Amino acid sequence: MSESAYKEMWENLNLDVAAHDGLLEVLGKFYGDIYMSQQGRLQGMEYLDFVLSEVHGLRIKELMDAKAEGKKIIGTFCVFVPEELSLAVEAVQVGLCAGADAGTEAAETVVPRNTCALIKSFIGFKMAKICPYTESCDLIIGETTCDGKKKAYEAFGEMAPMHIMEVPQRKEASDRVLWKSEVLRLKDELEKLTGKTVTAESLKKGIKIVNEKRRALQRLNKLRAAKPTPISGRDVLLINQVSFYDDPIRFTASINDLCDQIDERIAKSEGIVPENTPRLMLSGCPMAVPNWKLPYIIESSGAVVVAEESCIGTRNSRDLVDESGETVEEMIDAICDRYMKIDCACFTPNNERMDNIKELAEEAGVDGVIHYSLMFCQPYTHETFKVEKALAGQDVPMLAIETDYSMEDVEQLKTRVEAFVEMIS
Amino acid sequence: MIAGIDIGSRSMELVLLDKNEMVLERKLPTTFDPASQLKIILDGVKADLISATGYGRKLVTEEICGAPCVSLTEIKAYALGISYLFPEARTILDIGGQDTKAISLMKNGKVAKFEMNDRCAAGTGKFLEHLATVFQLPIEEFGNYALGGTEPLTINSMCTVFAETEATSLMAQGKNPRDIALGLHASIVRRTTNMLHRVGLSEPFVFAGGVANNPCVINMLTDALNIKPLVPEGPDMVGALGSALYGKSLTEIS
Repeated sequence: MSESAYKEMWENLNLDVAAHDGLLEVLGKFYGDIYMSQQGRLQGMEYLDFVLSEVHGLRIKELMDAKAEGKKIIGTFCVFVPEELSLAVEAVQVGLCAGADAGTEAAETVVPRNTCALIKSFIGFKMAKICPYTESCDLIIGETTCDGKKKAYEAFGEMAPMHIMEVPQRKEASDRVLWKSEVLRLKDELEKLTGKTVTAESLKKGIKIVNEKRRALQRLNKLRAAKPTPISGRDVLLINQVSFYDDPIRFTASINDLCDQIDERIAKSEGIVPENTPRLMLSGCPMAVPNWKLPYIIESSGAVVVAEESCIGTRNSRDLVDESGETVEEMIDAICDRYMKIDCACFTPNNERMDNIKELAEEAGVDGVIHYSLMFCQPYTHETFKVEKALAGQDVPMLAIETDYSMEDVEQLKTRVEAFVEMIS
Repeated sequence: MIAGIDIGSRSMELVLLDKNEMVLERKLPTTFDPASQLKIILDGVKADLISATGYGRKLVTEEICGAPCVSLTEIKAYALGISYLFPEARTILDIGGQDTKAISLMKNGKVAKFEMNDRCAAGTGKFLEHLATVFQLPIEEFGNYALGGTEPLTINSMCTVFAETEATSLMAQGKNPRDIALGLHASIVRRTTNMLHRVGLSEPFVFAGGVANNPCVINMLTDALNIKPLVPEGPDMVGALGSALYGKSLTEIS
């Protein structure tokens, strides 16, 4: 993954090039072990292998080129930040680094030790100067989806230009009013940053682009659930992860190509695993690149992941923005409605999530669910109890896993996952 | 002839099954070189299939053992072993060297639900073993020593290292060491009962694994749950037995 041609660019971004080289080396090896070793992968995955091999190279160069053309780069951590608005002001929106144990010691000087790995990671990446995305950003949008993030952004805001959106905690009419005012506040901020105005035309285009991306992911999520399973859970996870930072139009086209290949596979009844392989759904916290530990453990324990209920999964693509609006006001309303449907565990109550999980488990025909929470993630760890109860009502067994990005519990996790697979086989 | 092996963190056990008969049982410490110990425990054993469980289950390969081999988790192995010994059993507690597992069984002996400690060996055999050395006792005597206490002193920490700190502070205060030992056993039982309630404790309830050799844990568990656990003879052999039974079930299918 390391390319000396990019060295100058990384230096200009003020990265710690030596530390960054180390990160790429580890990432490359990890990727090789977990992804390249898979048997019978689809050809279309070559696109993703390429995207990932160039994740800190070519893609960053594209961001630099966009900046040279006067475009702005918007960084995000969460599915609540409407990409439609960024596109409407011709900005590029990217997800930021947060899936690895990096810069943890430095992070622990500004956030408490008992903070979830994701938060420590994005702060660690920034403080260790190893995330070219974070360093490329003209503005980073935070959101108040949990107390950990909310407070961590206070520290992060001292290191990077930030704008925080307040995500409501309930779904009452007053919360919808608050959320709309936050969407409008973001629109103003983006207009100020880029010097461009959100017009009916530009917003319509933005909505269309993001909806097309979601449609491609919806198509993929439907196809992955075929029997026999045509694509590994790891590969689908990777696609969802890439959807956060690749160019949306190129991404959509590539995923639709891949889906055509999956269609062919399904027509020939070809699977990547035998038809009787236990089918699992992963549910819970998001998994930022390169957090592939649990999916890898699951798929090397004789099971296959066929559904993902998470922000890096169906939560990001399930709902579309209504495309019938003609004025900016109407389209903003449509965006507000769509984002208020997100069933993040930050809401109280959050009963839609239970319904969505039950529905997805049934649609995908899963034999069991693995609920994944990052340690110290209050919202999702709390909901573990509810999810287990909801699934028990449908006779779907569930295993709760609480872990982080470290490798110290891999053996224990393997035993628990294997035992769960034995149990449902 | 089917060999069942349980390669745990502290000890490894072997059970040899000929039809339904246990014809051989062996036990060895795992040590820092389990692969060599595996060869020793299998010395002279002629098996048609070797079935392995425990942390070292993946160590068993045809190359090392000279026979076809399969593996299964300790959770399934204990479920099979206990269902064989106590066909009615509905809940199993297995406290081994570094893991504690609570398992509830369906009527047909299949695993319905299980809980297992994550990453930390708090409240396991390792915990007891470490604290026994603080009392300068061999692990085998630690339970009986603690039974000599009258009033268990509260040990708040489940962490082995912090529990040791608490125990040494109490010693420095001149407290009765047997009461401290009793308190340490009580802390294991507290953690274990929580786990059992999470899987839904119902009778018959069987306690197995190496720590089921400890009379103090058995007593305190009985008091805490108001249920006297059934303890198999040789509670640490259950994993190897279950493993052998699994191997046998595979040969019967084919």
